[in-house]
Amino acid sequence: MIEQFLFAVFAVLACGGAIAVAATQNVVRMALWLVVSLGSVAALFFLLHADFLGAAQLLIYVGGTVVLLVFGVMLTASGPTVQIKTSPAEGFLGAGVGLLLLSVLMFSVRSVSWIDLESRVKSRNLSQNVADAIAGQLADVSEDFASHESDPALRSSARESREILVARSQAGRTVRQLGMAFYGLRPDRDLNHAPGSRLAPGYLLPFEIVSVHLLVVLVGAAYLARAKRRVDAGITEDL
Amino acid sequence: MVKTLLSDRSAIVVIGNEAVRMNDVGLEAYLTVGAVLFVCGVVCMATKRNAIGVLMGVELVLNGANVNFVAFSRYTPLGLDGQVTALFVIVLAAAEAAVALAIALNYYNNHLTIDVDRGTELHG
Repeated sequence: MIEQFLFAVFAVLACGGAIAVAATQNVVRMALWLVVSLGSVAALFFLLHADFLGAAQLLIYVGGTVVLLVFGVMLTASGPTVQIKTSPAEGFLGAGVGLLLLSVLMFSVRSVSWIDLESRVKSRNLSQNVADAIAGQLADVSEDFASHESDPALRSSARESREILVARSQAGRTVRQLGMAFYGLRPDRDLNHAPGSRLAPGYLLPFEIVSVHLLVVLVGAAYLARAKRRVDAGITEDL
Repeated sequence: MVKTLLSDRSAIVVIGNEAVRMNDVGLEAYLTVGAVLFVCGVVCMATKRNAIGVLMGVELVLNGANVNFVAFSRYTPLGLDGQVTALFVIVLAAAEAAVALAIALNYYNNHLTIDVDRGTELHG
């Protein structure tokens, strides 16, 4: 119940902030509404049990990117009276095309039966209280499971229930899981695989590529934005 | 002891499923939020004449995609892959904002305005 209420509040804030960003003409107000929208998206991440991602969203987006954009607004302000406005006809045209695009997206979302997909997630088949209640029990009898190796059906069933409990107990604590996923270890998916079966490839190579990419991009941005002698608009054509 | 535990489990699964189903938001609601963010970003990119406004539209589009990624990682067997992808998207969005801001500053230095409609040098 409380989850639905929080979702409604933050969904309305995120969508309303986004609509206000698209509708406002003043750049500083747009930045303010962008903060509202991005902060609400971070809250939605927390509701989705992605705690690390929500924190990263708050730190990088709301704390970093928006500040960068506000600096851009400050450095490119032509004057207190100059406002670059969209003409009303363009605004209405954009809104109409946007509504059409939204209807296409909503039609495709509605046309898929997500319930089948959702029911295949093992960790959601147990409620939290039940999982907590039998977690201690399960820890006691995990040695008993090992002794039942002669019965394959019982063993696979025991393995499945352990996977459910492990995934369930990790819900909302994603920092360690994300770190293990970078190495290719996926406790939420392949807990008790046969030894010698291949693991997931992991994300170390994309992580390295992204880190080098970030370094190159920041050096390039510093080079592009370095202080220069300002040229007059008339001379620009000759350059 | 094992047998009783396992036979209990099937009953627990049924009860737990209904409990989850009753007070949960569901995937479609999150996809709707993502779609609204995406469309607002696209409209923002298409109609704003201020280059910084266009950048904000890009940020909104990337955020709409991120909401979808994280919702899929919670509600489907995708698992943590969605969250890792969303993390990469956040990092790349920060890099994109830095470069695009440098380009906007250069544009302002050359044109003395930030209006993107004024950059018409390459018109044929």
